[in-house]
Amino acid sequence: MNLDFSPEQQRLREAARRFLAERCTPLAVRKVLEGDDRLDRGLWRELAELGYLGVAIPEEFGGSGAGYLELCVIAEELGRVLAPVPVSSSTYLATEFLKIGGSPAQQAAYLPKLASGAVIGTFALAEGAGEFVARSLRATVDGGRLTGTKTPVPDGDTADFAIVAAGSANSPGPSLYLVDLRGAGVERRPLATIDPTRGYAELTFRAAPAEPLALGEDGERVLARVLDGAAVLMAFEQLGGADRALESACEYAKERWAFGRPIGSHQAIKHMLADMYVSATLARSNCYYGAWALSTGAEALAEAAACARISATQAFQHCARNNIQAHGGSGFTWAVDCHLYYRRSNLLALSLGGLAPWEDRLIDTLRRRRAATEH
Amino acid sequence: MDFDDSPAEAEFRTVARRWLDANAPKEFEAALRQAGFGELNLNGIDVLTASKRWQRCKADAGWACPHWPREYGGRGLTPIQQVIWQQEEGVYGRLATPFIVGHGMCGPTLMKHAPEDDRRRYLPPLASGEEIWCQLFSEPGAGSDLAGISTRASADGDGWLVNGQKVWTSFAHLSDFGLLLARTDPSVPKHRGLTMFYVDMHSPGVEVRPIKQANGQSGFNEVFFSDVRIPGRQRLGGVGEGWHVALTTLMNERLAIGSGMTTGFEAMFNWCCSLARSGAPIFDDRAVRTRLATWAARSSGLKYTASRAITALSRGATPGPENSIGKLVAGSTMQEIAEFALGLAGPIGVVSDPQDALDNGRFQAMLLRAPATRLEGGTDEILRNIIGERVLGLPPDIRPDKDIPFNRIPSRGTAAGT
Repeated sequence: MNLDFSPEQQRLREAARRFLAERCTPLAVRKVLEGDDRLDRGLWRELAELGYLGVAIPEEFGGSGAGYLELCVIAEELGRVLAPVPVSSSTYLATEFLKIGGSPAQQAAYLPKLASGAVIGTFALAEGAGEFVARSLRATVDGGRLTGTKTPVPDGDTADFAIVAAGSANSPGPSLYLVDLRGAGVERRPLATIDPTRGYAELTFRAAPAEPLALGEDGERVLARVLDGAAVLMAFEQLGGADRALESACEYAKERWAFGRPIGSHQAIKHMLADMYVSATLARSNCYYGAWALSTGAEALAEAAACARISATQAFQHCARNNIQAHGGSGFTWAVDCHLYYRRSNLLALSLGGLAPWEDRLIDTLRRRRAATEH
Repeated sequence: MDFDDSPAEAEFRTVARRWLDANAPKEFEAALRQAGFGELNLNGIDVLTASKRWQRCKADAGWACPHWPREYGGRGLTPIQQVIWQQEEGVYGRLATPFIVGHGMCGPTLMKHAPEDDRRRYLPPLASGEEIWCQLFSEPGAGSDLAGISTRASADGDGWLVNGQKVWTSFAHLSDFGLLLARTDPSVPKHRGLTMFYVDMHSPGVEVRPIKQANGQSGFNEVFFSDVRIPGRQRLGGVGEGWHVALTTLMNERLAIGSGMTTGFEAMFNWCCSLARSGAPIFDDRAVRTRLATWAARSSGLKYTASRAITALSRGATPGPENSIGKLVAGSTMQEIAEFALGLAGPIGVVSDPQDALDNGRFQAMLLRAPATRLEGGTDEILRNIIGERVLGLPPDIRPDKDIPFNRIPSRGTAAGT
């Protein structure tokens, strides 16, 4: 039994934490919050130079080929500091779509540039309100040309290309296409969101050239597998945020005095923090299970990913919201960092379709497993 | 990351499994697997008889308390081997319920604080289930504030005379011995006036009365002491050092990792699979899915928290206060699940008789037992204090009675006059 990271992976964590503590300070995050650019391009470049974006990309395509466990470690550390970079869109999603569903030519064309940070990719699925993965998509590709509107698209304002889920001439269900967002027939409209430290946009396609990546049933299979992996990775990002929010609340509860003693000595505060610790611990355990399943290609990945996604979402929201509560009035000021965690926790909670599709995935997986053991 | 045994662990697992295959009481397997919080029914065989028989069988082969040293009736297993043994023993471990307090708490306390002669005398029959032990700590006036107990032990010649009342004493009615925390000096602050003893439960003046619990069962007792004489040699640790000794006992209570507290989710999910509403599976209801998925993720989180603790154990780490999380989460989750299950059942949810109720009344029994889980062995609030203070490093609460003599601590009666 070994449900923990290896000593080398721990060293990677320490190195990443040191680097980010210096480079991605709250001040750096606030620069994005209050600036015009919805990402820190310099930080993105440096993460690429350190090889962090390519840890799960094979060496032949410019990565280090280390693996998913290393990417989980990086994701958690980026989550701790609320790194304003498009890592979920470009690394957990676009890169994985190419690795799992791309042709050798597509992989050779894009993966090295994704590893080096030269291009940013994203995934365009949503079409406004409605189901996460709709059975029938309005955006369609006909004769190699994509027409339709995708909104909101995470990092759609800055991405160079997108993997787009769209209906095809044969089937309205999700097929996957690769679209150059710098090419013809693409219009972007940046969207203001609850968390300005990450970019979002509405993308309108008017007969934009679209290259097939995975179509029909194959597309659905690739989509499910990539989303499971992205759920695990994002759960680590959420876990990092939850842990940092909990630490921040604890630090404040030890420093701040009221009624003649530190507020953390009052059970009302102490028990609230204990409950936050419980949430974060359950999330961490589910995340490690997810990391194991992702890194070993286990059949349990769907279940593990859903458990990690659900408990990490709940933990980050729980810790971020109560971090403000522990800080009292000062926690609701622009100057104190609590709101940065609160914003990000809710942005990530709504990413990857919010919780509903993951609840469905978990329940359906458990039902199938039970049916299988019964027969 | 992997869930595999090391070669040595795998070899040990094979040894344990072989012995269990050949010796476990398979006739009880189904009943034990089904067992919830209702009365256990072992095909008409008395539960205590079955428990003692299985414990004896294990003892004869050296598997009774296998993590104890051999000279005290154990097998000298490492902590990780003990976890593997528990996994392999599985449902049969439930037969050891009457011995849990003795094995988990009294035994380790004797091992640490009793003289060698006593350890050799008492530990082997405790391991084998021949002699049953209970723990006489909580009182009507002192539960979470355990150091506030008032059962009095007064010096009497070369021994002690005990008067007072204990409560919430599991298995006292079956016990031969009890670990007793008593006050030997009321004139010093509460933590300093306590002393630990062990007492023969068959002594004159010991009276055990079963308590009828809120769920109608009687697992706990109250125990009355009227001029009970305890020989001086039955003291554990120094006079006035009882609190220190009690802490070692309570620590052991929280070390029971890997045993996996149940949340009841699996039973709930299995039951839901057979449930329909207006002809459609109950899972079609979004609200049901959301609740079930939350509990599934929570149960999974607990399961893998135990896996992480076992990982740490196999690397030689000592389990610490972070293991308080298991019971804290499982207790309230079980209560939520029971309430929800009864609601899903509809009008028949109120019926509790196993003959008439859905799923043999499992969730009704769980509902009525759940409050105790949130109290026994450390209340939810005490566990949150432990996490807050010992894991998160938050400052302790102010304790106004900490430094004043026990007999001058204001109580409700005295405070009313001020």
